[in-house]
Amino acid sequence: MDLFFIIIISVISLGAVFAIIRFIKGPTASDRVMALDTLSVMLIAVLVILGFLMKRYIYIDVSLVYAVLGFIGVITIARYLEGGI
Amino acid sequence: MNYIGYFLISIGTIFLFLGGLGILRMPDFYTRLQAGTKASTLGAMSSILGIGFLQPEWFIKTFIIVVFIAIANPLSSHALARGSHKAKQMPFLKDEKIGDAYEAVEEKLHKNQKKEDKK
Amino acid sequence: MGTKVSKLNKFTYTWLILFLVWLGFTSTFAFAEVVTGILLSFTVAIFSYNSFTYDGLKIFSPKRLMYIVQYFFVFMLALIKANIDVAKIVINPKLPINPGIVEFDSKLKSPFAKLILANSITLTPGTITVDIIDNKYFIHWLYVTGTDQETTYKEIAKQFEDILIKIYN
Repeated sequence: MDLFFIIIISVISLGAVFAIIRFIKGPTASDRVMALDTLSVMLIAVLVILGFLMKRYIYIDVSLVYAVLGFIGVITIARYLEGGI
Repeated sequence: MNYIGYFLISIGTIFLFLGGLGILRMPDFYTRLQAGTKASTLGAMSSILGIGFLQPEWFIKTFIIVVFIAIANPLSSHALARGSHKAKQMPFLKDEKIGDAYEAVEEKLHKNQKKEDKK
Repeated sequence: MGTKVSKLNKFTYTWLILFLVWLGFTSTFAFAEVVTGILLSFTVAIFSYNSFTYDGLKIFSPKRLMYIVQYFFVFMLALIKANIDVAKIVINPKLPINPGIVEFDSKLKSPFAKLILANSITLTPGTITVDIIDNKYFIHWLYVTGTDQETTYKEIAKQFEDILIKIYN
């Protein structure tokens, strides 16, 4: 089943490349933040899949912490855009 | 059990990919937010749950991540939409008849706030 | 809301929920871990019970639990269906969208129920809650089919709100 996971991770990476293009192109700050949010969600999924492939339980904890940090970051930037941090 | 896991991971992957594609193709910020963040939310939830099915000892932990994503992601996309609207980023409108119901209300709120600030 | 919820009720609810979250995070039933969890969640609950919950323990009546399960299934079905719809739009080369911001009134009273409704609306693709002012919801909609309040309410919120009213009002 190794081929299955290679295909899975390449397809997700292709999606991530699209998000990175939007991150570079994005006309406004909000677009960039949104692309970053999507990227971090993709990264969480890839981290969990990699943790399963390498049999490392610690990756699950890392992805949980990453999810929390990404959430706090997006909320903070949204507050900044709103005009009162 | 294994087949459920592989099935969920495949579905999740397709939605993650579509999320990236949606972000690239849509014409303005709000529609990108629609297509991008939520397709990727369902994608991540389903593929993480799939890993939980493949590795039953990890199921509780993966389930916690899924619940967290399901609660946190709509909140952050809602906060982003509200913040951008307050930062005067207007949505793309195709049809003249369908307007922006929020714009007038927000201006009123803004004026009230200014009055309070003066006091 | 209606009747006032006692402090002990709120405290017990907070303690229980925090302890369950602790069990989920550690995912073990070793004696030392469980005792630490009970003590720690007790300490946190002392400080946070007042802002942690509005309704307290009454959410755990069997009738409400049944409705919560029903809500979960309705929500999952709507989530999958709506995701497929948006996926079709994204793949379509013509990109058939018709966006706009619409509004509708909600009948919910409890703040927590309002939060759940807003989150559900945001998670089903095609709709994002932009803001809630008192009882008015402002929704950005990817494919608007009608701007009057009745249509928007029926299309977006009815299926969720019918169950939430049974749970919280």
